[in-house]
Amino acid sequence: MNPSMVISPSFFSVDGLVGAVFLIMVAITLIGGLIACNSERLVRSVAGLIVCFVGVAGLYYFLNSPFVAMMQILIYVGAVAVTISFAIMLAAPEEQKRVGPSGPLVGPFGFATAALLAGGFSILAIRTDWKVMAKINDGSVKTIGIQLLTEYSMVFELISIVLLIAILGALVIARGGREG
Amino acid sequence: MRLTLLNVIVAVVIAIGFAALNAAYLVWAERRGAARIQRRPGPNINGPFGLLQPPLDGIKLMAKQLTIPGGADKVLFIAAPVLAMFPAIMSFVTIPFSETIVAKNMNVGVLMIFAFASMGGMSLVFAGWSSRNKYAMMSSVRAVSQAVAYEIPMLITTITVVMISGSMDLMEIVRQQSGSILHWNIFPLLGNSHNILMPMSFLIFFTCTLAETNRAPFDLGEAESELVAGFHTEYGSMGFGLFFMGEYANIVIGSCMTTILFLGGWNAPLPFLGFIPGVFWFLLKLYLLIATFIWIRWTFPRTTIYGLLNLSWKILIPLSLFNLLFTAGLIKVF
Repeated sequence: MNPSMVISPSFFSVDGLVGAVFLIMVAITLIGGLIACNSERLVRSVAGLIVCFVGVAGLYYFLNSPFVAMMQILIYVGAVAVTISFAIMLAAPEEQKRVGPSGPLVGPFGFATAALLAGGFSILAIRTDWKVMAKINDGSVKTIGIQLLTEYSMVFELISIVLLIAILGALVIARGGREG
Repeated sequence: MRLTLLNVIVAVVIAIGFAALNAAYLVWAERRGAARIQRRPGPNINGPFGLLQPPLDGIKLMAKQLTIPGGADKVLFIAAPVLAMFPAIMSFVTIPFSETIVAKNMNVGVLMIFAFASMGGMSLVFAGWSSRNKYAMMSSVRAVSQAVAYEIPMLITTITVVMISGSMDLMEIVRQQSGSILHWNIFPLLGNSHNILMPMSFLIFFTCTLAETNRAPFDLGEAESELVAGFHTEYGSMGFGLFFMGEYANIVIGSCMTTILFLGGWNAPLPFLGFIPGVFWFLLKLYLLIATFIWIRWTFPRTTIYGLLNLSWKILIPLSLFNLLFTAGLIKVF
């Protein structure tokens, strides 16, 4: 590891403030995620999810891509979270804690998976030779549009396939409910 | 411009101050306007023309006890009014009041405003749900369906304007409308659009703004004849005050966006009037639009929830989609 990277900047310098903002965003994301997973009431989970999305948007903004940050808020908070709360209000009026047989992943398996993931990511983070990336482009809408439709068109198309699969899955579930 | 800490603080203070001042005095304007339309005096006792009414109301609201109903979800109950006010204040950061008066111009300004505007709906949901009150709950279900229904035509109409301007930068959109009143986006002939459907776009956008800010005739969320007071039934003191301020701050944002996208922003209506600073024209257009909001509220009766949803899904969305296709075709041909 490059030793110059280890020296932490003073808190009151620009770099220090930037680091503080970054840490705040990471904390918001993590706290939101924890609330979303652990709360017993579904609406609170949605609230946690929103906090998490806003934190992720902050990270995108921090990474110099305001367009992606705004799309994150617009799509995930403005559309996805609203749709989820719509579904909750239509489908589950009673906010009771769900008690039922837990799946096979809960318990030792779940713990092992989590440990494996955490270990793997930690090793990855430590072993990688991190480089400070130069700004690739100005991050404007025009550049992103051109890049998406030329260099990253494959990724762009794959995302649409993911959406198609999600819609098909929703249709299958809805039909199954109707017949049964 | 270098971004220093002082700049940021000044911008934030001005944004919050502007939002709060507008919210307070628009309540006064609304009550006076309502009184004039209904041929009664309105608040006219405290100070000249009743101008001291808003600060006195503020003191009264802040002095009251904050009551939280038993069984309510405390965290969300307190968070909801804050969430109503916060997106509006965030949006003020990127709104250009003139060529120079803008806190932080972004090249995705349009997106930023709509991103934060879309968060406003969630505050109604949380308020209604956390109150543990049947009427509040029904109100938040209505609010969600309304927000979903009207965001779509609003965004599609905005996309047509963005397509014409070729930019999501609010300042760039305004700059392209400079010249005279005929170059504004609402008028199709001399502007850069040549799109004869622009007046219709303006109407769709304005209607959606009315609906998104929960203003009459679309204030089904707080329909007091059916739902007591809707999502803020259980709110007293400053919680209620914050909802009120949030509503008016959102009206200001909506009117700012209408001004920027369709009415030429800070541009003077005629070239020889250009010596008057742009901020004057911007505020003039802004407050004329807000006066229209108040006028509409006290003129039209409330619609029904079915009428509201039908208007969006059956009329506004097809129209705005057609408008989008038409504009795309025009851009391709010319």
